[in-house]
Amino acid sequence: MSPAQAADIRATPKTLRLDQRLIADMVAPGSRVLDIGSSDGTLIDHLYRTRGCDARGIEIDMAEVTRAVAHGLPVMHGDADSDLAQYPDSAFDYVVLSRTLQAVERPREVLRQMLRIGARAIVSFPNFGHWKVRWQLLWWGTMPMTSVWNRPWHETPNIHPCTIRDFFQLCAAEGYVVEKWLAVDEAGQRSPWRRFPELANFFGEQALFQLRKI
Amino acid sequence: MDQPDLPDIAHQHVAFDDGLALECGVMLPRLVVAYRSYGALNAERSNAVLICHALTGDQYVAERHPQTGRGGWWEAVVGPGLPIDTDRFFVICANVLGGCMGSTGPGSARDPAQPDLLWGTDFPPVTIRDMVRAQKRLVEHLGIDRLFAVVGGSMGGLQVLEWAATFPAHVFAAVPIATAAYHSAQNIAFNEVGRQAIFADPDWQGGRYWETGRIPARGLAVARMVAHITYLSEQALTRKFGRRLRGGQAISLFGDMFEVESYLRHQGSTFVQRFDANSYLTITRAMDYFDLAADHDDDLSAAFSGTRTRFCIISFSSDWLFPTAESRAVARALNRAAANVSFVEIASDKGHDAFLLDEPDFHRTLAGFLAGCAEHAGLPA
Repeated sequence: MSPAQAADIRATPKTLRLDQRLIADMVAPGSRVLDIGSSDGTLIDHLYRTRGCDARGIEIDMAEVTRAVAHGLPVMHGDADSDLAQYPDSAFDYVVLSRTLQAVERPREVLRQMLRIGARAIVSFPNFGHWKVRWQLLWWGTMPMTSVWNRPWHETPNIHPCTIRDFFQLCAAEGYVVEKWLAVDEAGQRSPWRRFPELANFFGEQALFQLRKI
Repeated sequence: MDQPDLPDIAHQHVAFDDGLALECGVMLPRLVVAYRSYGALNAERSNAVLICHALTGDQYVAERHPQTGRGGWWEAVVGPGLPIDTDRFFVICANVLGGCMGSTGPGSARDPAQPDLLWGTDFPPVTIRDMVRAQKRLVEHLGIDRLFAVVGGSMGGLQVLEWAATFPAHVFAAVPIATAAYHSAQNIAFNEVGRQAIFADPDWQGGRYWETGRIPARGLAVARMVAHITYLSEQALTRKFGRRLRGGQAISLFGDMFEVESYLRHQGSTFVQRFDANSYLTITRAMDYFDLAADHDDDLSAAFSGTRTRFCIISFSSDWLFPTAESRAVARALNRAAANVSFVEIASDKGHDAFLLDEPDFHRTLAGFLAGCAEHAGLPA
């Protein structure tokens, strides 16, 4: 590695995805954050730089882990299903799971672990209740393919798709308080259906929840 | 074997005449720590990086070795503009306690008043923690309270973990590479084969070989050959040597027929020139004793409870001497202690030795981690 490359390591600015920007807005400055499925560490980098958070990541893809650590970010190789159990109770203020819930083996257990090790959980997931998804299944009788659900059924890692309504029901069954929630439409705009979960479930492409235990 | 002796060298060192109390209860009356340093210590004394060397390494990290004439063992990693950047950090490496490159070891005088009376096999059984405490004395002597980072691979990694567990307030960042929190039964087994090879050499002479001037070169060479196999991987051996024969196809029973044999013999014979058999026995034993969790009621996370040190644990996919699973166990124990830990497995087919070789992903990871820590530590860029 040349000195120039070494100097570059910390210079690359990163762009947040829409859901990451919304998540970042939910996090109080200076808090302790664990980002599960942190990919190249964009969100934790942002939280450290703009909000002074002690933000750390877990990522399953080793190439992404290497990239994040080489960027100076505290990321460890691991996965939501087996590594969360290792953390002590209340180690974090927020535990973030963005666009990963549908891909874990045991979503319910992962949520339990998140709310054990963190005071609050922030979860984002693509909404399987979106009208395009419903329409494709109803009209064509095939597994839906949309811009969000964009892998064929036999190749997708998303083994636990859920709808916004499903998620509300799970939270109720587990006794979690939904402190904040919002749905986002195709254009990336926050949905205007804040008071109408059923409309959000129909028009929202992605959902974002902030939970805590009672 | 029939190689010329290497020149005797006066290694740079510091002597502590108040000695060192060892874990085994023995008091070493005098402690000598031989070391090298690179780069400059800043005014705040906050940019020191301690490198811990492996079993057969020494303090000559980033320069020509004064005895062998070979390049530094980590010269691809330590130097100006390299991952451990000597333009930025003050880099220290000490020969371990029990070693044979100038630090107190079995080849040292037992009593400062009687320089001809050597320790030999009476040298007390030192531990990894003793090695670390000897390094701590050096670090204090250099006027450094908190090390910016402690970095090391293999046995060096054991020392890094011991540093972080024993002196947490004095280590800002720790990078244990290709290592584990304990020496496994398999590791002990390989070490024992090496030791038995040394014992079986008649030239070992009960460990008092300096009296005749004949060293147990065969035994030590065999120890090195066995150990060297454990540092490589099946793929690396196949890629380097395959089943290639040296010379013609003539079948011989005892000649070095295969290239891999010739390579190992070369490794063995060059090793005995620079390494002392009793040091080999002492240091392999120290590794075997190492079990960080055992010192904390078998709870590894307790060894790190409340730690503020930032960790970066690095393993290599083809390392079967210190496999990734053992690094992962350390990472998880650190998670249980709510420590700040990065953990990366580098894809490599070069086995345990990968940490010494040109592995760009490894070098990027190390450089990036240290750069990130430097920012958190407030070191000037």
